[in-house]
Amino acid sequence: MFRILKREQLSEQVWRYRLDAPRIANKRKAGQFIILRPTSQSERIPLTIANANADEGWIEIIFQVVGKTTMVLQALQEGSSILDLAGPLGKPTHIEKFGKCLCIGGGVGVAPLYPIVCALKAAGNELTTVIGARNKSLLILEKEMAAQSDLFIPTTDDGSNGRKGFVSDVFKELIGKGEIFDAAFVIGPVMMMKVTTTLTVAEKIPTFASLNPIMIDGTGMCGGCRVSVNGETKFACVDGPEFDAAGIDWNELIRRLNSYKMFESKARDDHNCHLEGALK
Amino acid sequence: MSEEGTNNTGKKSRVPMREQAPLVRAKNFEEVPYGYSEEEAIQEAKRCLKCKKPLCVEGCPVNVKIPEFVGLIAEGKFAEAARKLKETNALPAVCGRVCPQEEQCESRCILGKKGEPVAVGNLERFAADWEREKGVVEIPACKPKNGKKVAIVGSGPAGLTCAGELIKEGFDVTIFEALHETGGVLVYGIPEFRLPKEIVKKEIEFLEKLGVTIERNFIIGKTATVDDLLNDEGYSAVFVGSGAGLPSFMKIKGENNIGVYSANEYLTRSNLMRAYSSTSATPIMKGKRAITVGGGNVAMDAARTALRLGADKSMIVYRRSKEEMPARKAEVHHAEEEGIEFNLLCNPVEILSDENGFVTALRCVKMELGEPDASGRRKPVVVAGSEYDIPCDVVIIAIGNTPNPLIPSTTPDISVSKWGTIVTDETTGRTSKKFVYAGGDIVTGAATVILAMGAGKVAAKSIIEDLK
Repeated sequence: MFRILKREQLSEQVWRYRLDAPRIANKRKAGQFIILRPTSQSERIPLTIANANADEGWIEIIFQVVGKTTMVLQALQEGSSILDLAGPLGKPTHIEKFGKCLCIGGGVGVAPLYPIVCALKAAGNELTTVIGARNKSLLILEKEMAAQSDLFIPTTDDGSNGRKGFVSDVFKELIGKGEIFDAAFVIGPVMMMKVTTTLTVAEKIPTFASLNPIMIDGTGMCGGCRVSVNGETKFACVDGPEFDAAGIDWNELIRRLNSYKMFESKARDDHNCHLEGALK
Repeated sequence: MSEEGTNNTGKKSRVPMREQAPLVRAKNFEEVPYGYSEEEAIQEAKRCLKCKKPLCVEGCPVNVKIPEFVGLIAEGKFAEAARKLKETNALPAVCGRVCPQEEQCESRCILGKKGEPVAVGNLERFAADWEREKGVVEIPACKPKNGKKVAIVGSGPAGLTCAGELIKEGFDVTIFEALHETGGVLVYGIPEFRLPKEIVKKEIEFLEKLGVTIERNFIIGKTATVDDLLNDEGYSAVFVGSGAGLPSFMKIKGENNIGVYSANEYLTRSNLMRAYSSTSATPIMKGKRAITVGGGNVAMDAARTALRLGADKSMIVYRRSKEEMPARKAEVHHAEEEGIEFNLLCNPVEILSDENGFVTALRCVKMELGEPDASGRRKPVVVAGSEYDIPCDVVIIAIGNTPNPLIPSTTPDISVSKWGTIVTDETTGRTSKKFVYAGGDIVTGAATVILAMGAGKVAAKSIIEDLK
C-alpha cells in the first residue's frame, strides 16, 4: 500500500498526488514512470513520475481525470492509500549538455516534462520552455517551469493566459526570430506531439517525444505498448518511453491509443440497440 | 462393447476423469476436469503394480515418490498421500493439473506397455485437492532460523519451489514479485479453466504460513538491483526465477493493427486482470472470429480463452502439421472437442485491417513439409501461389518469448547466452556471479512448470551448500 501524503487540485481535471514510495524515490530518474492500480477492481495504468524527493521518500504523480481508473484514483483522499504501485519503469531521459534546449509541453503533458526540464537545467543547458493548454484553468506548473527556464512562454488556445494560440505557433515564431536549438523535448497529447515534432524535425532539431501507449505490466511482458519507430517495433515500457520523434509512426500510435475507446462506444451502441429492441 | 476403455476393474484401462461437456465448458471459465471421487481414486490407485524399480520416479523431474503416494491412496490414506507428495513436490495440486505426465512419469509406467499407464497426474491432483478441501493441510516444522537472508526474484513455479525448500532449512526468505499478484505464469498465463487461481493462492498462503515474506510490486532491476540486495540489503544469496520475458512477434505487415495481441497480453488481460468478468475495468477485444497463431500449450490456452470470451469461431493457425505441434496431446484434444478449428500447414504473411486499423483478416500461405531442419522436425516450405485470407477480428500471436533483459542488463557480471538466457551450471543452478542462482524459463527459455520447479529445487540445494 502506498499512502497519499498530499493531494492537490492543479486545475479542473488535473490532480497532483504526493505518494509515500521511498524505494521508487530513491531510484527514479527523469523520464521514468510508474504503473499503479488504485483498487483491486481497477486497471493498471502508467503515469510519469512528475517529481520526487529521495531524502523524504516521496514521489509525485500528476494525472488528468479521463476515464474510470483516473476517476477512482481521484476519489482517494489524503491519508488513504493506493493499492499497487510499481516502478520506476522505462529508460531515463538521456540527459547531457546539449547547449540550447527547447522543451514543449501540452496539457497534462507538462507534468512529465517538468523532471526533464529540471535535469536539463542541472546539466547546464540553456532552456526555452513553452507550455500550453486549452485555457487558463488547464495550464499547470507555470511557476515551477518558469523558475527552471531561461525563457518561459506560456500559451493558451483561447488566450486566457499568456499568448493566444498553440505551442506549435510559438515554435514557428521562435524559428522566425532566428532562434537555433540543439535539442527539443516534446510531451503532450499525441496530436500535439505529432504536429509539433513534425515542425521541429523539419528544422533538423534532434527531437525526443515521450509516449504514453496502453500498457499492462510495464516490464516488457505483454507487448501491448508496442510502437513503430523507424519501421521497427519497440516496446514503450522497456525501450522507451522516449523515442526519436523523427521515426515515430504517429498515426499508428493514435489508432492504438483509441483501440478501446472505439470498442467502448461500439459496446455502448450495441447496448442502445438492445434497449431500442426491448422498447418496441 | 470393446474391451478397452470400458473396463474399469481390470489393469488395462484407467478410471476416466469426469469432465464438463465440451460445448458447456466452451462458454464458461470453470475448470474442465472435475477430479476423481474417493472411490475413483482408490480404484485407479489399485492399478499400480508397485514395481521394485519404479521407472515412473525416474521420469519425474523432481522424483516424486510415486508408488508410495499411490499406495497410500489405494489404502484410503489420502492426507498421508498428500504429505508424501509434498516431501518432494511443493506444488502437487498445480503439477497434477499442468505437468506433461504423458512425457514423464506416465510414459515410463509398465502398465502403459500393454494398456494405459496409471493416471499419476490425476491421482496427484486428487490427493492434493483432498488435503486442501478437507482443511487438513499440515504446516511442517522448519529448522531453527540460521540468520541468513535469501532473496527470490519472481513468484512463479521456480521461485515458489526454491522459497519452500529454503524456508524449511531455516533461512529468512523474501520473494520479490513485479506484478500485483503472486504466482507468475500460474496466474497471468495459465487460464482459470486449466488451473483455478484459488489453488495457486492457497499454495502461496501455505508458503507465507511457513514464514516466507512476499514483496509485491517490486521489480528487481528497477526498484532495486541484484547488487543492491547483496551489498546493501543484507541478502546472502539471490535466486533469479524471473520467467520467460518478452513476447515474440512475426515481423509481418499489420502486426500493430488493433485486435492483434501477444498471447501474453491476451492471457494477462483475461487471467490476471480478469477481463472476462463484467466487473473488471480492464477491457479485452471479444472477437467474433479469433485466430491464434502457434502450436504450443500457450496457443491452446489462448484459443480456448477466445472461445470462452464469446467467439463464434476460434481458430489455430500453425505452420507445421499436427505431429510437430509442441502442445500436450490432451490440450489439443480438449481444444478440438470444444470446436477450435485447426488450420495446419498454414503460415501468416500479413494481417489486414480496415481504414481505422481494426483487424479484418489474416493473410496466409499454405505450407508443405520438406527435409528435416535443425530441430529434427520436417521443415515447412511455402506452396507457391497458395495465398488466401481468413476473415477474423482478433489475432493472437503465440509463437514464444525472448528472455527479459531486466536483470542481466542491470547485473553486468551475470553471463547470458547469445539468446539472452542466463547461463547456469545445470546441476547446481549457479550463475557466473557468486551467490546468484537462476532457474526456470529465464535459463531454459519457455519450458514447463515442473522443469522450473526442478531448477528451483536444484538451486535451493546449492544455496544451502554454499551458505553453510
